[in-house]
Amino acid sequence: MNEQPLHSLEALRARQPRFRGLESGHRACQGCGEALAARLTTEAAGPDVMIANATGCLEVFTTPWPQSAWRLPWIHSVFGNVAALAAGMEAAQKQQGRSTKVLAFAGDGGTFDIGFQALSGMMERGHDVLFVCYDNEAYMNTGVQRSGSTPHAAMTTTSPPGKARMGKRHMKKDILSIIAAHHIPYAATASVAYPSDLRKKVRRAMATEGPSFLQIHSPCPLGWGHDGARTIEVARLAVQTGLFPVIEMERGELIGTLPIRTAKPVSEYLKLQNRFRHLFGADHRARDELEHLQALANRNIDRYDLRGVGPEKYDTEGADTVHRGGDRWA
Amino acid sequence: MLEIRIHGRGGQGNVVAAYLLAAAAIDGGRYAQAFPSFGAERRGAPVAAFVRIDAQPIRRRCQVREPAFLIVQDPALMAVPGTLSGLQPQGTILVDGAVASTNDSGDNEVITMPATQLAMEHIGRPVPNTALLAAFITLTQLMPLSALLDALAERFKGPVLENNQRLVEAAAATVEAGRWQEVAHGAGA
Amino acid sequence: MALALEGSLALARTIALCRPQVVAAYPITPQTHIVEGIAKLVADGQLNCEMVSVESEHSAASVALGAAVAGSRAYTASASQGILLMAEVLFDIAGLRVPLVMTCANRALSGPLNIWNDQQDSMAVRDAGWIQLYCATNQEAIDTTVQAFRIAERCELPVMVCVDGFTLTHTLEPLELPSADEVDGFLPAYVFRHGLNPSDPRSLGTLVAPEHFSEVRHAHHQALLRSMTEIEQADADWAAVVGRHCGGLLEVRGDPDARLGILTLGSVLGTLEDAMDMNPDLPRARFIKLRSFRPFPTEALREACAGLDVLIVLERAISPGGGGIVGPEVQMALANLENPPRVHNFAAGLGGRDLSLDLYERLVTTVTQAASSQPFSIIDVDTTLLPEADR
Repeated sequence: MNEQPLHSLEALRARQPRFRGLESGHRACQGCGEALAARLTTEAAGPDVMIANATGCLEVFTTPWPQSAWRLPWIHSVFGNVAALAAGMEAAQKQQGRSTKVLAFAGDGGTFDIGFQALSGMMERGHDVLFVCYDNEAYMNTGVQRSGSTPHAAMTTTSPPGKARMGKRHMKKDILSIIAAHHIPYAATASVAYPSDLRKKVRRAMATEGPSFLQIHSPCPLGWGHDGARTIEVARLAVQTGLFPVIEMERGELIGTLPIRTAKPVSEYLKLQNRFRHLFGADHRARDELEHLQALANRNIDRYDLRGVGPEKYDTEGADTVHRGGDRWA
Repeated sequence: MLEIRIHGRGGQGNVVAAYLLAAAAIDGGRYAQAFPSFGAERRGAPVAAFVRIDAQPIRRRCQVREPAFLIVQDPALMAVPGTLSGLQPQGTILVDGAVASTNDSGDNEVITMPATQLAMEHIGRPVPNTALLAAFITLTQLMPLSALLDALAERFKGPVLENNQRLVEAAAATVEAGRWQEVAHGAGA
Repeated sequence: MALALEGSLALARTIALCRPQVVAAYPITPQTHIVEGIAKLVADGQLNCEMVSVESEHSAASVALGAAVAGSRAYTASASQGILLMAEVLFDIAGLRVPLVMTCANRALSGPLNIWNDQQDSMAVRDAGWIQLYCATNQEAIDTTVQAFRIAERCELPVMVCVDGFTLTHTLEPLELPSADEVDGFLPAYVFRHGLNPSDPRSLGTLVAPEHFSEVRHAHHQALLRSMTEIEQADADWAAVVGRHCGGLLEVRGDPDARLGILTLGSVLGTLEDAMDMNPDLPRARFIKLRSFRPFPTEALREACAGLDVLIVLERAISPGGGGIVGPEVQMALANLENPPRVHNFAAGLGGRDLSLDLYERLVTTVTQAASSQPFSIIDVDTTLLPEADR
């Protein structure tokens, strides 16, 4: 092995090995946002966890029997029950006097739709579970069908644009308001474009007693229609336009945001993705939809107080979330 | 095997009455079985429960079609079709009613006693089951009254139990002890 | 000493004696008194377990599964619609070979709505890969429940204890509860070999491709067949402790020399036995009480049917458009006997219709008058209640 100067990146990395809960060699697509998100999450969570994983891309590409990419205790049951499965695992830990943290992993389908009821019940009962939603905004594993999380006007196989339609008719379900209404100790959104922020939130959630919720925006190159090399760029633009707000909540109250200095117009984000291609034609409806999406982004910026304030550098350009409102510093 | 049917309205403790009677019999060393007939049990709806008492283990689990005794927790139920059906020729009926009386319904003797009234006096709720059971046990001498008191003690505590105990004494005093003892023997008690 | 107990509450106390660490509860008639009973024991400090009041049966089965794979003995109970709602999780639990015990308080399925006793619910999930044991009395329900934990944990197969809803669950009668020492001596501490443990991380429930899936199913099927030994052993060992047995896989009662047999599952047997004894002029019957429906005890059944001319299979569920469910399986099991009995298949008591004492006469008269096997029918149906076109 080459002798590296002590201050080189390679040398530093060698001396600070990261915990690899999710090993490489799994079968995700090139540039898969979810795989990256799961790696970052398990890295930050550490080895003393057990994972319940809902049906979806993640469990399929990580566990082709007899192989598994997980270096953590892990179970997959069915599509809609991951929060309940995790609740059972947590109840067992409590009874046995163990403190191994239970993580529930689900896609947006397993969070917003079929897994919604179990998630609500788990939060209502106050289980000590970190629920992570890997949000790629459609049922990707089954071929890109729309979910409750699919953004307005996006194309999916069950919300295709055509003479009578301009993609998905309905809004992306306001999951954050729903989570907020459960008044759990900690909830946050994160993006694979801001890994340091994501890891910090995972650590915060790990230290939380009671239910915590993390929604990680995870672009899907195949489903969104962009080059796998541009996953991070696409994810960053979603944040910088305001379409995907990166925030933190405690018991339903907003306490942190990742600020945007200069909000980018939504078209910069949308035009990179095939799933929004129909919004860039001559069709007058396309103009309407673009305006609508811009209005949604603007509303997010207002609602979650996303604008950077003051001269403080870190409060004007997102690299990390900053304090907003609330009584306690996150 | 003695078979009894208890008719009441939802909310009057119809099933509990059956359970208490069976428990009292079991307390006395016999075999017994009690279960509700499972109508929609909203408050006020007519309901029925069944009790069997025997010296041998009871195997059948069908509904009681030919009871030796009927206990009726609401006098209006006497007019409801089905209440009286299948009553054995020598069978008798104990009914809750404001005015104590002894009558006949065809060949069957009907004794009315003010169970609800007594219940209001002693436990403050219009639930006639304890009083009716006390009267029934006194009439048939199926088991000592203490067996009913033991069964009540399994379910209730404190002032509720004490009030029920007083209710049992008061209700037992309103009927003639042993008047139905022969009927009970004849029916297999 | 026998206590006057309602079936559900006796079961609740029995479950408590088995020391579950996690109980998942969702109410549905007629199982509700069981979970209420357990909740009261927890609230009064008589049972130390995590009682998780879930928001649906799908979650109840999932919580139980999660607890079991995380190293805790777990339990849940359901009936009817709840069984169907949790069905995919039931299949998953069995396919993953996780030891669990649940009570099914047998009740009819919608639609239309009916809350009373038949066995359509447990029959609907007979292919889920669970062991299914049917109880003829509340005493059997108590004893079978204790045995179920041992069977499940030794065989690594989940066990569904089937108890007729209302007919058993809501009946109060004298019942013997085992002592804590007796249960502790019989049930060792819960151990699940493939449990989730950070110091030995494993992946459960992975994706299995066509190259390997048949082998998984084969292994599961074989495990169920092998479990027959353990089902019999558990009954014998428990009988040695408490002096009561439940009949192992099946039990022959009534007149062992009769050439007419009646096969039943669950609580209808008691009424038939009484009716036969009350009617000495009617033909005698050999009663076959089927306790284990899954695994299906083919060998034991063939032995039990030796010498029968006629066998009535009386069941509490139907397969619309097909006929009976138990009947065809029985017929299949007896098919290669040298002189198989003529099998008559009836359903009765659907949706809680009262199974009266005259059912026995009806059954034996129908078959003795029949020259050959009759097509399946619901023997207590009253077609005069139906319009002509629906008969």
